[in-house]
Amino acid sequence: MTDERIEGIIGNLLRFGVFLAALVVLAGGFWYVAHAGWQPISYSHFHPSIRGVRAVASLPGPLALIQIGLLILIATPIVRVAFSLAGFALERDWMYVGFTLIVLSVLISSLVT
Amino acid sequence: MNTLAFSSVVYGISALAGFLGALTGLGGGVIVTPVLTLMLGVDLRFAMGATLISVIATSSGAAAAYVREGFTNVRVGMFLEIATTLGAIAGAHLTAVVPVSGLAVIFGLVLLYSAWQSAHPIPPQKEPRADPLAVHLKLDGAYPGAKGVVHYHVTRVKTGFSLMFSAGMLSGLLGIGSGAMKVIAMDQFMKIPFKVSTTTSNFMIGVTAAASAGIYLHRGYIEPGLAMPVMLGVLTGSLIGARILVGARPRLLRLVFAGVVGLLAFEMIYNGVTGGLK
Repeated sequence: MTDERIEGIIGNLLRFGVFLAALVVLAGGFWYVAHAGWQPISYSHFHPSIRGVRAVASLPGPLALIQIGLLILIATPIVRVAFSLAGFALERDWMYVGFTLIVLSVLISSLVT
Repeated sequence: MNTLAFSSVVYGISALAGFLGALTGLGGGVIVTPVLTLMLGVDLRFAMGATLISVIATSSGAAAAYVREGFTNVRVGMFLEIATTLGAIAGAHLTAVVPVSGLAVIFGLVLLYSAWQSAHPIPPQKEPRADPLAVHLKLDGAYPGAKGVVHYHVTRVKTGFSLMFSAGMLSGLLGIGSGAMKVIAMDQFMKIPFKVSTTTSNFMIGVTAAASAGIYLHRGYIEPGLAMPVMLGVLTGSLIGARILVGARPRLLRLVFAGVVGLLAFEMIYNGVTGGLK
């Protein structure tokens, strides 16, 4: 597989991830506004409604759906890095397999810890 | 304000910011945070979280187009992402230590610099010679030019790498893409052709922001109700902006935008110093 082919796949992957995330966030957004549109809202005080990835289950439906869309968006560049890893492995470019593994582990550790 | 009105206002502002950001090449994210905090009274950390999300969206969307054109140097991007992601994590952790007023002042200074830079475009660079470290790391590349493929060398790898760590740190600390600093590191220090620098920077922004996003999620900076209109707005605006003008960056618009960013910068610094933002 050539560099250009890998780059083509990566390009499509990024586009698809952003599109899917936007669609889910949009659906959640309509649901959220239909559900709570007339309730007052303020973000002037720092009282987070959600902390961490797993806490998505504790959110009310519309906000949970939005959060899932946001998680898809955050996952998009991470999946992109994983694809690059596969690409470099196919090219037997072990130095770049190593570099990509470092980036991937930094990304995953930031999400998991 | 009720949720519908608030979401609509935030969507409109974000769309305008994304539109202007795409037209001027400055990125929309950088003005959303100050507008949300200064005009709508949103807590700075919530604003940073929402903006970071929009940065991932626009960067990944734009990178998809650029990667296809063949300008992006994926090896340079991946190698430097080691520095930007580690920097981003350091910066994102620092947000727990640095007080909000301090963040506001740093944000203002970064805005001031962005304004100055967008009004004074970077001069083009001279051709460098091959650098053994860059050759060893296989960083030298090629891109499709007007008269066939153009080959280029990459230099000052260590300096570029350290600058990228700082760019990542700034990104994690403020929830921005810090694309300007990435471009400077590649274009001015590593002597990578400008078009390659800007597209590779765009390619890296999403990965850098994803590293910060994990920490932001755990700290509760990413509020779904706020991130929703910001992400959708910036994405809409930047898509329209990119359609209207591909590549062209009108000088007058740049100057007007630089003026707006400069004003926001002073406002941020003033509020940070006087304790207006808590």
